[in-house]
This record gives sequence, structure tokens and C-alpha cells, in this order.
Amino acid sequence: MATVRLSFSPAPVHVRTARLVGVAVARRAGVREDLLDEVRLAIGEACTRAVALHRQYGLADPVLVEMSDAGSYAVRVVDRAPIEAGIGLAALPPDELANESLTDEALTTGVGFALLAGFVEDLQVRPVDEGIGTEVRMVWPVGR
Amino acid sequence: MELSLATRTVGEHTVLEVGGEVDVYTAPRLRERLLELIDGGARHVVVDLGRVDFLDSTGLGVLVGALKRLRTAGGSFALVCDKEPLLKIFRITALDQVFPLHPTVDAAVGAEPTGASA
Repeated sequence: MATVRLSFSPAPVHVRTARLVGVAVARRAGVREDLLDEVRLAIGEACTRAVALHRQYGLADPVLVEMSDAGSYAVRVVDRAPIEAGIGLAALPPDELANESLTDEALTTGVGFALLAGFVEDLQVRPVDEGIGTEVRMVWPVGR
Repeated sequence: MELSLATRTVGEHTVLEVGGEVDVYTAPRLRERLLELIDGGARHVVVDLGRVDFLDSTGLGVLVGALKRLRTAGGSFALVCDKEPLLKIFRITALDQVFPLHPTVDAAVGAEPTGASA
């Protein structure tokens, strides 16, 4: 089992780095080439969500990304925001997406969750085991 | 790849060609450019995503913002996209039912500028 951990200060500029590392480790773990675009997008969305929450709550703590390939490729993205902020995300129906009263933040959050749910078959969003925060856990099969 | 933005005019349409990665870091630049165009009087805007190789929820949020702004101003907004990975993103988020999506710039500027109806 190989584990790669990346922790970054909650700034948008680092989300791209997390995507690049996540895809590199996925490729190394044996995730099928045709799934890598989805891996890239999903890791990006999970990190974007974590960065947004840290900024919303004024948290300087780093966002943690942990990738492991024990039998499958599992990625955990951990934030330190109060859990009630992280859970209860909902995908938005089309007629609400272009609704004038919907804020940009709410739209982006809803769309981000739709992408996570749509691209990751094995997805869990749950409170972290210790302390404050939420963990987004995503698993992809490896093709070896 | 860094975000690239280039504007040209086709008839009464303003075409914004976007290239590279549109994400939480680069999307604010796309938002600024779209606002500049709209504030500068552009009313029929086509965003060509042909050279985009990454688009996330933040980028999609910026595009929806431009659509709403132009609709309020009595203008139109359309997207050009023929890449399956990007089209899948629009389908999964149901935004394919919100944006007029065209395979080419010619198709987009040739379409009736009727706002949000796809």
C-alpha cells in the first residue's frame, strides 16, 4: 500500500497542484486512462469546496488530501470547517440553476456537488473522526 | 495550462475564445473579462470553449452569471463546445438545459439570438 499526503494552505492557486498530484498518483495506482479526467475533476471539486469553506470561516488551517492505492484508488479530502456547513449539499434542478435569486456561491456549490455525485460512484461525505471538519472520500477501481 | 482569453467580433456577436484551465483560481479573470464586455455594450456574446481543457463548477458559475446578466439586459449568451468530456459536465449538472450549446462558432452566430432558450 502506498500513500501520498498533500496538505496545502486554503488558497485557490493550490487546487491545481492537488489535481495534478491526484491524477499522477491515480495513473501510478493503475486507474484506467479513461477515468482520469473524472478523477481530476472530482479531486478539484472536493478541494475547491474545502478551500471555499476555509475561506468562509476564516480558517488558515491547511486542507489535507490523502491518496492511497490499497486495492482501489481512494482519495480523502479533509477540511476543518464546522460540519453543518459541509453536509446537506444538494444538487439543483435545471429550472433553479438560472433563477435570478440564486447567488453565485449557492450555484457553484450546487453545481460542484452535482459534479462530485455524477462523476464518483463511490462517494462519501462525512464528519471527520476526530475534531471539527468534513471528509470527502472518493474511491475508484484500479485496472491491474 | 494557463487561462487564455481572446475576443473577436462576428457580425453583431462578440466571440470570446477561452483556452486552458478554468478553475477556482482562473475563473475570476474570466468573470472580469465577461463583465468588461457586457459593461462595454456587448449584447450578443458567444463563449467558445473549443480550447478549454479543464472546466470546474467555479467556471460554470461564471458562465451562468454572464447568461443571467445578458438576459436581464435583453441580450443573448451562447456557448460553443464539441468536446465530449466538457459536454458530459454540462449534462451531469443539467446546465445543458440552461445554455444554448453549439458545436461551432458559425452555428452559434447563425442561431437566432433568443437568449436562454436552447
